[in-house]
Amino acid sequence: MPTTHDGGVRPAAVTARGWGWRHAGRTKPAVNGLDLDIRPGERVLLLGPSGAGKSTLLHALAGVLGDSTSGNGPAGDGGPPDSDDADESGSLLIDGEPPRARRGRAGLMQQDPETQVVLSRLGDDVAFGAENLSVPRDAIWARVHEALDDVGLAHLPLDHPTSVLSGGQKQRLALAGILAMRPGLILLDEPTANLDPAGVLEVRDAVGRCLDKTGATLVVVEHRVAVWKDLVDRIVVLQPGSGTQPAVLIDGPPDQVLEQARGMLTAAGVWVPGYVPATRRRTVGGFSPAGDRAAATNGEPALAPGQLLLAAEGLAVSRERPRRRGFKSVPPVPVLRDVAAQVRAGEALTVTGPNGVGKSTFALTLAGLLPPVNGKVSAAPELSRGAGIDPYKWKAEQLIARIGTVFQEPEHQFVTGRVLDELQFGPKHLGHGEERVDELLERLRLTELVDANPYTLSGGEKRRLSVATVLAAHPQVLVLDEPTFGQDANTWAELASFLSELLDAGTAVVSVTHDEEFTHVLGGTELRLGSRERRAPERDASGLNASGLNASGLDASGQAVPGFDATGQAAS
Amino acid sequence: MRDALTLSGNQAVLTRANPLAKFAAVFLITLVLALSIDWMSASVALVCELLLFPLAGLTFTLLWQRGWPLILAAAVGGWSTSILAPDSGKVLLDVGLWSMSEGSLELGMGFLLRGLAIALPAVLLMSCTDPTDLADALAQKARLPHRFVLGTLAAMRLVGLMAEEWQTIGMARRARGVGSRGNPWQRLRATLGQSFGLLVQAIRRATRLAVTMEARGFGGASRTWARESTYSALDIWVLLGGVLIAGGAVAAALWAGTWHMVWLEGS
Repeated sequence: MPTTHDGGVRPAAVTARGWGWRHAGRTKPAVNGLDLDIRPGERVLLLGPSGAGKSTLLHALAGVLGDSTSGNGPAGDGGPPDSDDADESGSLLIDGEPPRARRGRAGLMQQDPETQVVLSRLGDDVAFGAENLSVPRDAIWARVHEALDDVGLAHLPLDHPTSVLSGGQKQRLALAGILAMRPGLILLDEPTANLDPAGVLEVRDAVGRCLDKTGATLVVVEHRVAVWKDLVDRIVVLQPGSGTQPAVLIDGPPDQVLEQARGMLTAAGVWVPGYVPATRRRTVGGFSPAGDRAAATNGEPALAPGQLLLAAEGLAVSRERPRRRGFKSVPPVPVLRDVAAQVRAGEALTVTGPNGVGKSTFALTLAGLLPPVNGKVSAAPELSRGAGIDPYKWKAEQLIARIGTVFQEPEHQFVTGRVLDELQFGPKHLGHGEERVDELLERLRLTELVDANPYTLSGGEKRRLSVATVLAAHPQVLVLDEPTFGQDANTWAELASFLSELLDAGTAVVSVTHDEEFTHVLGGTELRLGSRERRAPERDASGLNASGLNASGLDASGQAVPGFDATGQAAS
Repeated sequence: MRDALTLSGNQAVLTRANPLAKFAAVFLITLVLALSIDWMSASVALVCELLLFPLAGLTFTLLWQRGWPLILAAAVGGWSTSILAPDSGKVLLDVGLWSMSEGSLELGMGFLLRGLAIALPAVLLMSCTDPTDLADALAQKARLPHRFVLGTLAAMRLVGLMAEEWQTIGMARRARGVGSRGNPWQRLRATLGQSFGLLVQAIRRATRLAVTMEARGFGGASRTWARESTYSALDIWVLLGGVLIAGGAVAAALWAGTWHMVWLEGS
C-alpha cells in the first residue's frame, strides 16, 4: 500500500494498542485504552466531546508530548502511582516506531495562527522545518518554492514579512512549512477554529490540494464537520478516557458515522452537517412583556423599547494612538471612516463586513474603549445618566454599568483567580448588583465551577463566563466581538438564546460577527462595513455563501432552520 | 514595534554586509570613544558617521524620527555637564549654584558629542541589520549554539505581538471596570494587573510556539542552514571603515592635544 507519490512523500501508518496518556499533575488520563489503526494515505476526522483527548493524541503523534514514565500499566488501574510525572501506557507507533524517534515524519498545525509562524520572512519560515531535518541547502529552496506553490502563496516574495499575513494565510504558510518537511502524516489540530469563513475555506482547500498531490496520511481534529466531511474518508469518534470503556466510540465512513452517532455528536456540541441547534425565539415585535423587563432592569427606570442609547456620527476609527514624529504628534490613519450607527434599547445591531475592514475597531470605539480619530460617539441622556456625552471619557466604573464589552478572547478579561470572584468583581466595584451573580451563575451553567480558576475552564465555559462577568455590572448596551468564534454548537445555542432574552428585556446588543445564523437569531439591523450599506438581515435564497458553508460552518442544505420562518426573515 | 528600528525594505549597501563585520566596526569606534572624553575625537567620529549615514539607508529626517530621544538625552547630558562640572578658565555664565566656564563648557561639549558619536553607530547598525541575518551570522560564523540563537529570534517575533496584546488587555480590563486612570496608586495596581494578564498570554503563546518549533524538528543536535552567512569584500571595507574612524579620531585628538583618557581624569 505505501506508494511514493509526487514529491517523494511516503504516507505513514499509525498504530495504537491500548495506548493511554496522563498529563503530568493530573489524576485522570487524557486518553486511555486507545486501539486504532490508520492505514497509509487514509484521511481521518477525529471527533468527540471536549476532554476526549483528541489534542493529546495529535500531540503524541507529532512527538511533542514531552517525557513520561512509561510502563506503569494502564493509568486507570488503582490510581496513578505518581501524579507529578506524565504517564504513558500501551503503544502508539508511526510506521512501527515511537513518534519521537521519527522526527519530521509527522507535521502538526495548531489553532492559533500567530504561533504557527516561527520566523519573520515568508521563505525563511517555510525553510525552518527542512533546515532542522538537515536537508541540504539547494534542496531546501526547491522544497520552499514547491510548498509555497502548493498552498497558493507563491505570488508573494520570499522576503515578504510574515507579520502582515491574514489568519488564513498564516495557516497556509504553516502548512507550507509542514509540507517542506515532506511528512508522511499531517496532523491538524482545529486548524480553522480562529479563522473567518473565507479563511476556513482557504485552508481547507489548500489541505485538500496538498493531500491529493502527496498522498500523505491526514488526521484532523475539528468540530465543524461540514468543512472536512468531503475531504476525509473516515470519522473516528473518541470518548473521554475511562478504565473500562474503549477510547474509540465509533469508527467508520463519514456518512455512516454521522448517521449512527448523530444524537451523541449533537449532544456533545459537534456541528454536524444539517444541524442547527434550537434557540429561543425573540418574542413578537422583539420586545418582551412588561414583567420580564421590570425584573431585569433592576429598579432602574425601564427604557422604552427602541429608545436611542448610543449614536456614532462620521466616525473614523483606528487602534493606533497618535504617533510621535520627532516633536510632532501625527494622528493615525483611520482604518475606517464616516461610519454612522445607532444603538437602541431592545434592538440588535450586527456589524459585518470582510476581514480587516475594522469591525472590531469600530465596535471598541463605539464601546468607549478607543478614542475616535474623527467624528464622535455620543451617549443619550437615558444611557449616560449624568456621566457625560462621550463614553471614552467615562471612568471605568461608569462605563461598565452602561456599556459592557465582551472581547473575542475571554482570557483577556479575567481579572481574578476564581470564577465567583470574577463574577462579583463588577458588582463589588459598583457597590450594588451582587444579587444578580447567582442568577447569572445559574443561567449560564457556571454554578458547578464557582471555585475553579477561570484560566482552567474549557473554551465554551470561558466564553459563558466572560459574558456573565460583563453582564454582572448590568450594562444597558452589550457589545460582543465575535462571540461565537470557535464555539461548539451547545455553547452557540445557549449564547444565542440568552442574548435573545436580554434583547427582549430591553438591553441593546451590538455584535461583530461573521456568523449568519447568529445574526438571524438576534434579528435587528445589520451594519455592513466596507460597503457603507445598512440593511435589515435577509437570507439569500439558499442561506449559503458561495462555497456551501455559512458562517458557523454549518451545511444548511436547505433544511428548515428553527427560529426562522419560511422566507428566512429573522423571526421577530 | 518590530520595525521601530530596522527599516523594512532597506536596500542600502550596508544591509548587504555581514552583521558581525558591522558589529566589529561599531565596537571599535565605541571603544575608542569610551576611552577619551575630549571633543576632538568625538567630533571627528561624529562627522565620519554622519557621512556614512546614506550607506545605511538613513536620511536625516529618519534619523531624527527614530533617534530623537538619544539626541535629546545627549544634549541634556552635555548641558548639565557644562553647568555642573568644576570650573576652569574664564567663567562665561554664573547663576547662583550654576556656573559655566570655558573648561566646563569644553567638557560639556565633549560629553554631548561623545554621547551622539556612541549612540549613532548603534542606530546605524540597527537600521541596516535584519535580525534573521544577525542570528544566521551569530550561529554560523560566531558559532553560538543554534538552539539559543533561533529560540531568541523566534521569541523576538512575539515581542511585536505582545505590544498589540498589551493594548488589547488594557481595553479588555477597562471593560471589566479596572480603571487605568485615577491616582498613582490605582494606576500602579492597574498596570500590575495588566502586566500579569500579559505575562499569562506571553507564556501561553511561547508554549504554543515552542510546540510548533518542536513539531518542525527543532531541537536536534545538527541542522543545515537555508541561508549561508558569508563574508565578502564589503566586510573588509566595513572593518577598514571602523578602524579608520577609530584611528582618525585618536590621531586628531592627539594632534590637537585634547586626548584625555578617562582614568587620568583626576591627574
